[in-house]
Amino acid sequence: MNIFVCVKQVPDTETKVTPNGDGSYIETSSIKWIMNPYDEFAVEQALLHKAANAGSTVTVVRVGGAKDTEALRTALAMGADEAILVDSADNLDSYMTAKAIKGAIEKSGKTPDLILAGKQAIDDDCLQVPQVLAQMMELPSVSVVVGFEGEGSNLTLKREVEGGAIEVYNVSGPVVVACNKGLNTPRYASLPGIMKAKKKPLTTLSLGDVGVSDEDQRIKYSDFQLPPEKPAGKKFDATDEGAQASVVAEVVGLLRTEAKVI
Amino acid sequence: MAKIAVFTETQGDNVKSVTLEILGKLAGQTVDVISVGDISEAGLGDLAKYGAGNIHVIKGEGLDQYSPEGYSNALKEFLSSGGYDYVFAGSTSLGKDLFPRLSSMFGAGMASEVTNFVMDGDNFSGTRPLFAGKCLAKVEVTGPKPHFVTVRPNSLGLPESPTAGAGTKNDASSSAGEIRAAIKEIIKGASEKLDLTEANIIVSGGRAMKEEANFKILDEMADVIGATVGASRAAVDSGYAPHAMQVGQTGKTVSPSLYIACGISGAIQHLAGMRTSKVIVAINTDPDAPIFTKADYGIVGDLFQVVPIMTEEFKKLLG
Amino acid sequence: MINFDYSQEQKEIREMAMKFAKNEMQPVASEFDESGEFPTEIIKKAWELGLVNTCIPEEYGGTGFTTVDSVIISECLSYGCMGMNTGIMANDLALLPIVIGGNDEQKKKFLTPFTEEYKIASFCLTEPGNGSDAAGIKTTIKEDGDHYVVNGQKMWITNAGFADLFVLYGTSDPELKHKGISAIVIDPKTDGIEIGAPEKKMGHKCSDTRAVTFNNVKVPKENMLGNPGDGWKIAMKTLDHSRPLVAASAVGGAQCALDHSVAYAKERNQFKVPISNHQAIQFIISNMSMKVEASRLLVTKSAWQLDQGQSNTKMASYAKAFAADSCMEICTDAVQVFGGYGYSKEYPVEKLMRDAKLIQIYEGTSQIQRLVIAKEIFTRS
Repeated sequence: MNIFVCVKQVPDTETKVTPNGDGSYIETSSIKWIMNPYDEFAVEQALLHKAANAGSTVTVVRVGGAKDTEALRTALAMGADEAILVDSADNLDSYMTAKAIKGAIEKSGKTPDLILAGKQAIDDDCLQVPQVLAQMMELPSVSVVVGFEGEGSNLTLKREVEGGAIEVYNVSGPVVVACNKGLNTPRYASLPGIMKAKKKPLTTLSLGDVGVSDEDQRIKYSDFQLPPEKPAGKKFDATDEGAQASVVAEVVGLLRTEAKVI
Repeated sequence: MAKIAVFTETQGDNVKSVTLEILGKLAGQTVDVISVGDISEAGLGDLAKYGAGNIHVIKGEGLDQYSPEGYSNALKEFLSSGGYDYVFAGSTSLGKDLFPRLSSMFGAGMASEVTNFVMDGDNFSGTRPLFAGKCLAKVEVTGPKPHFVTVRPNSLGLPESPTAGAGTKNDASSSAGEIRAAIKEIIKGASEKLDLTEANIIVSGGRAMKEEANFKILDEMADVIGATVGASRAAVDSGYAPHAMQVGQTGKTVSPSLYIACGISGAIQHLAGMRTSKVIVAINTDPDAPIFTKADYGIVGDLFQVVPIMTEEFKKLLG
Repeated sequence: MINFDYSQEQKEIREMAMKFAKNEMQPVASEFDESGEFPTEIIKKAWELGLVNTCIPEEYGGTGFTTVDSVIISECLSYGCMGMNTGIMANDLALLPIVIGGNDEQKKKFLTPFTEEYKIASFCLTEPGNGSDAAGIKTTIKEDGDHYVVNGQKMWITNAGFADLFVLYGTSDPELKHKGISAIVIDPKTDGIEIGAPEKKMGHKCSDTRAVTFNNVKVPKENMLGNPGDGWKIAMKTLDHSRPLVAASAVGGAQCALDHSVAYAKERNQFKVPISNHQAIQFIISNMSMKVEASRLLVTKSAWQLDQGQSNTKMASYAKAFAADSCMEICTDAVQVFGGYGYSKEYPVEKLMRDAKLIQIYEGTSQIQRLVIAKEIFTRS
């Protein structure tokens, strides 16, 4: 099987995010980059599926800057066979990213039997690329996947929806699977794996090579800013038994209308 | 004027309230609502009340159950003939899955998880959080139309005095086309409680719980709001709760969207384990308890009086 | 040519080892400190990922790490838990004499199995009456027909209760001092070996430390590393490798104490502001941070010299003494930053303070390092 995994490189979750000078994006000069955590589940699932289906290869594809290649190297060190980098800005919109991945997969000359990705990237939090890519490649897709079973291209996939309910999908044939936490436990890149990774093929393509141009831009971001400071907490006095009911009702109301957590 | 459609979903007899939030925000525009499958009379009434013009109810083969391919094929067919400029939906499980595929069928762009927006004449301009909310940015859509937007539920809020629309129901037919990824079955949400570290809502008790049996008032509240019950170290050390329930430095580090601390003073080791909670509610008799410095909503009062009232309020709210 | 950058692989090694330390070791470190249980599962997992036995050369199944790579790993694992890392590092301390003094056949026989399955090794040098005076060994290795016979007692033997292999230093005749010392590989299951009960220690509680007694233990002649009498030479070369490794473990422990202190100082309020706003705390933190970085530079240089084929004896002692002493100071300061909480087991820094002390003692005390440094200075000037 030809298994493809889409990975993105994102700022470490502990990174302090600050808008850049003109508010066009965030300050990226001192960011520590990591593989998008949801993509780790995708890489792990690819490796598990490869192990269960002899003769499979795992190709990781990333669209982003060529300066740091942590995400691809990590995937190779975990056990992926080869990597393709589409050299571009790290913050292309979902449409351009999906189109670039499609182009990169086509350039590889391999027909995909399975495409895995994280359900969302934790930088732009869009949750779009897997579904857009599936549509562009005329493939079905299942997103927010927490269960993956089956042989070859006959898969049973579990998708998590609101309230913890699970939709169980049956798919035969190539599919795009967007992976969620809980699907598996990603392995560590072993040290021998890290040493071997540097000998594995890494192809770099330009956006032009994969048929993407500025005209493919669909989303424009501007005015990056920090969210307003969290206001100081509110304190209510419910020591007087007569006032308790109304005070508690007010707080519960605020939890819904203001804090929006209920 | 821009031609706008809002895709709605139903939940039981009601339409999801995010649809009404979007309609409310679009007051002044001519807005069609689109549903795949029937809407109840009550639902139609709500849609009209919040400003829906035409309400298109799409039915057809293969559309009885959701599938990303079936729904997007059917909507593609319907939308193509409608000449819409914008198509909105709630950023729900279904909306998040469906809209990227649908937008891609038009080669169009989509703004995800918008928390606020304005229509400036014919132009949409939204605000959305990025980097898990560490940043906000203005988002605009460019390129071929329609432009797609999903709105995060509960972020716009419902208008207090909505502008009503005609609410004319119109049956439309469409078809799912080929479905390669189909739902075989739906497994209901697990009833057992989530682990503390995964829980979205946590209700915790401290030393003021006085004894193990008293935790049942927390259990009752937790059942109503789908929360998991935790405890402070003081409560665990006093034998009121097992160590597995301990939140804090030597217990579990949690980060729910809502943390309700009952009778917990807020020792630094407890705060270390829960300070990343999105919203913190504290109930304590001591107005100077350190927990109040971290609480978004502090209630000074006796937990044995406040908690049962709160449980009742939650029941009313969640009905 | 001066370059302070790690290579791409070294950055990845560091990233991965640190992830392992933070996810697998740190969360259970205090639990193991409390129970004193040997962390077999954790060491096994580290072994599976290639984090153990970093000294084994590629041709014998190892990963082919440089000394700089090894000290990076040692620092990270020690960050996770100094005690667990002692167990892991003890394997290298035991296998290094084979890497340095063994012939091809011995390396294949003794090192390769460690790359094929999870195994533990112990290094038997110290005796009840000999610590710093290593040349005063009393354990004897005497020729007897086609084998050697070992007699004597060894003390503070790390991993002894779990070991699959011992490397023992003994003498053909205690009167010969350095010249009589030999190094020999022993199967711990051999008749006549008595392994003592685990020692009760101040720190590094989950590392297994015992006395081992050898009563007429027969050892095949082919287990002798080098020739009889080569032991001292092998031991000295081993120290050039092992001291940077142990010094790196001090850096890891110190970095951990610093990180905890910085996080706590931002969290803890006194006089209505975080204590990180108080200059008193800022000065402590700055000193800690300086010492960590200076230690790391010395460690890295001492490892780098070895990789360059240069003599690193003096640098290794600089690194060992400075990093170990700094680690002790830093961990003590960490407890100070935490105040009362720091003294309680509720927080991790009291354990760090107890663990730090041992690094000033084992693998050559801080005083012995200064003797080595002085000797290097005076014999070369």
